[in-house]
Amino acid sequence: MLVTNDIIKKLPYEDPFLFVDRINMVSDNAIEGCYTFKKEEFFYKGHFKGHPVTPGVILTECCAQIGLVCLGIYLLSTEEGETAGFQVALSGSEMQFMLPVLPLETVTVKSNMLFFRFNKLKCEVKMYNRQAQLVCRGVLSGMIRYTNT
Amino acid sequence: MEDDHRFTQLKDIVKMYLPEDVPVGAIGMDSNFIKELNINSANLVDIVLDVEDAFGIRLENEDMDRMQTVRDALNIITQKLRDKK
Repeated sequence: MLVTNDIIKKLPYEDPFLFVDRINMVSDNAIEGCYTFKKEEFFYKGHFKGHPVTPGVILTECCAQIGLVCLGIYLLSTEEGETAGFQVALSGSEMQFMLPVLPLETVTVKSNMLFFRFNKLKCEVKMYNRQAQLVCRGVLSGMIRYTNT
Repeated sequence: MEDDHRFTQLKDIVKMYLPEDVPVGAIGMDSNFIKELNINSANLVDIVLDVEDAFGIRLENEDMDRMQTVRDALNIITQKLRDKK
């Protein structure tokens, strides 16, 4: 079974598009992880002019990397054992945003699985800031499968 | 007649996942879900889950693999309903 650090190592992302620092908890139907937005993230230069705020698409991406992909990697490893390569694709997102996220904020993403069948994973995700206030919430779905080796 | 009824039921499910440029009339017995109806693999899973709920059956990975056309889906539904009895 994968330990949480192994999950992050298996992620198909890297700087500047890796938005997972740590997995706090993972189980067969839920995951929790966090990420601290650095002061110099590439998107702060243009969003917004002279007033850096984390774009909603990046919050969605952070939710998807933790809530869908990290959980998906864990579920695949428990179901089918570990192999080297896998493919991921986001297939749906319905998000609502409540509060702005500024540079240097640490966010915690909590994701609860709705279903994982035929390689489609659908989850309810929530993101909280350091004050434990709800930043955004939504439902995300994606496909995740091992590539034939 | 039961087959016609099942086809209609299935068509009602499939039409919710059709891309905008594919008309409902394009759904025929031999339509291939992915190649002809342009349904992606993520939506094909949604169709299967809806079919399970509508017909009270459960599909396995092998069923999913051989469910290429509308006819395949109807055959699987018929077989699953027969197995249930």
